[in-house]
Amino acid sequence: MFVTDAPLIELRSASFGYTDRKVVDSVSLTQGAGEVIALLGPNGSGKTTLVKGLLGLSEHLGGEVSLFGTPLAKFRDRPRIGYVPQRHSLSASVRVTVREIVETGRLPLRPWWRPGSAADAAVVDEALDAVALRDREREDVAALSGGQQRRVLIARALAAQPDVLLMDEPTAGVDIANQRILAEVLSGLADRGTSMLIVTHELAALSGVVTRIVCMNAGHVDFDGTPTAYTRGHEGHELGDAHHHSPSADERRPGLAALVTDPLPSREVPRG
Amino acid sequence: MGDLLSLDFMRQALVAAVLVGLAAPLVGAFLVQRRMSLIGDGIGHVALAGVAVGLLTGSMPVFTALIAAVAAAVGVELIRMAGRTSGDIALAVMFYGGIALGVVLISKSTASSGNLTGYLFGAILTTSRTDIVVFAVLAVVVVGVTWVLRHRFFAVANDEEYARAVGMPVMGYNIALSVLTAVTVVVSMRVVGLLLITALMIIPNATAQLVSRSFRSGLLWASVIGVASSVSGVIVSFYAETPSGGTIVLLAIGAFLVASVVSGLVTRARRAAHERAERHEHEHGPVCGHPAIPHEDHVDYLHDGHRHAAHGDHYDEHSPHGSPHDSPDSADATTHSEEVSR
Repeated sequence: MFVTDAPLIELRSASFGYTDRKVVDSVSLTQGAGEVIALLGPNGSGKTTLVKGLLGLSEHLGGEVSLFGTPLAKFRDRPRIGYVPQRHSLSASVRVTVREIVETGRLPLRPWWRPGSAADAAVVDEALDAVALRDREREDVAALSGGQQRRVLIARALAAQPDVLLMDEPTAGVDIANQRILAEVLSGLADRGTSMLIVTHELAALSGVVTRIVCMNAGHVDFDGTPTAYTRGHEGHELGDAHHHSPSADERRPGLAALVTDPLPSREVPRG
Repeated sequence: MGDLLSLDFMRQALVAAVLVGLAAPLVGAFLVQRRMSLIGDGIGHVALAGVAVGLLTGSMPVFTALIAAVAAAVGVELIRMAGRTSGDIALAVMFYGGIALGVVLISKSTASSGNLTGYLFGAILTTSRTDIVVFAVLAVVVVGVTWVLRHRFFAVANDEEYARAVGMPVMGYNIALSVLTAVTVVVSMRVVGLLLITALMIIPNATAQLVSRSFRSGLLWASVIGVASSVSGVIVSFYAETPSGGTIVLLAIGAFLVASVVSGLVTRARRAAHERAERHEHEHGPVCGHPAIPHEDHVDYLHDGHRHAAHGDHYDEHSPHGSPHDSPDSADATTHSEEVSR
């Protein structure tokens, strides 16, 4: 892990939402190089809106947002942020191979008139290797399992050689065997120093990868700390208390958010 | 065939057929991918109003049709982008307003009803030389632009949100594709007609999906099938004295039906010969510890002395020689189409 001058992502009382609705309200968060942050929180707490705000897909409604030291409004170097959307099907209308999807990740890096080069192909090979799908590059994406499709989307993001990956629920709806492979892929990326911001409900699957945990509830951040601190706060809290609401900003209680988001204590990533 | 090529108008018609047969399926592939298969039909309706204005004012109907079609194409994208629920109705008003206006205006012009039929259903053999030259230039532009931008169109159609997130000008590419559709409609108007052009954009792609296993090969197959049906359609229409448009579309549909039946039979035969491996949770890959053995276009993994090959969401048993998977490529592709539709 290394530290550069400007943080990758820096939010100061930032708000995001859609025209008439503020979903993320006054959130402050800084992500440095090499950090792998798990963004937890119940459905509707604003995790996805936050990620989409950073990508320019939801509206920036207030506060300061900088990406690599550049204010969001002036940020043009979009391919530096690799986006892995939450998706269930990659292509239902036409036949498309795994490689064809991953190749689209290279497009934003070259002008429209320039065809792909040998260097582009080499980066695509590398991205496919990183998600262990190189041997299936010529297969139809529609024939792959949900977990494998998620890995195709990760490879597409990696093909742009981004400085940070934003992932929206990479393990959602993926069976246990495939979750393990996904966790291995992500831990491989983390070992190479890839910074990641991962929206997730399944912390257990990623516990060996994550270096920091941020919890959101009702548009606010109500926990921000190490996995150890998170687990500690978690254990101290009485289970079975299903009643939850956002604590006020001056009395943050990590245990409450922990209960809401993840009923299981984190454990080591199982290795196969 | 020799007597056919000695006729000046037949040579023109065949050149037009090649260009239209190439351009229509190429543009159509992205419309199929975006699930907007019928948009060309609507744009064709509006183009008829343009034709009528041209006939009425004595200016070139090709140019007035082009202006109307391009305006409609941009309108379609703007309505789509607004994302209102009433967008669907706005499109209906635009398309049917176009064809109604066209019919009314043409009735007021000196043009005969045969002329109207020629625009609606295609009459390549009665098209003037200047028109053919204009069509040829436009068709070459459409094919060139679509080919150069094919990866971008593919990326935007495949995942619009992702394309926007990485900073691609999504709106620009969508409007570009829509305008290319409009130009294709106008270019094809005299060969297959405004009411039939969508068939030539879509049906070759439907056939191509049955025989190809990647988007790239789908694009090539669709172009080949498009050119083959439009050239043979023009030749048949000359001898059988039938309208070129209808003849071309019937041939394209014939090819589709033959491909469907053959691919269905091949799938059934291959399914019978297809041997599934035992179920296992484990996924083979570069680091799974099972030796990888390249086998033709894929990789087998040696698992307890026998070979496993990935097939959709399960594994097949492969033997090194004489396995069912050693049959030709097209047959393999049809199996995959079956896997997908399951």
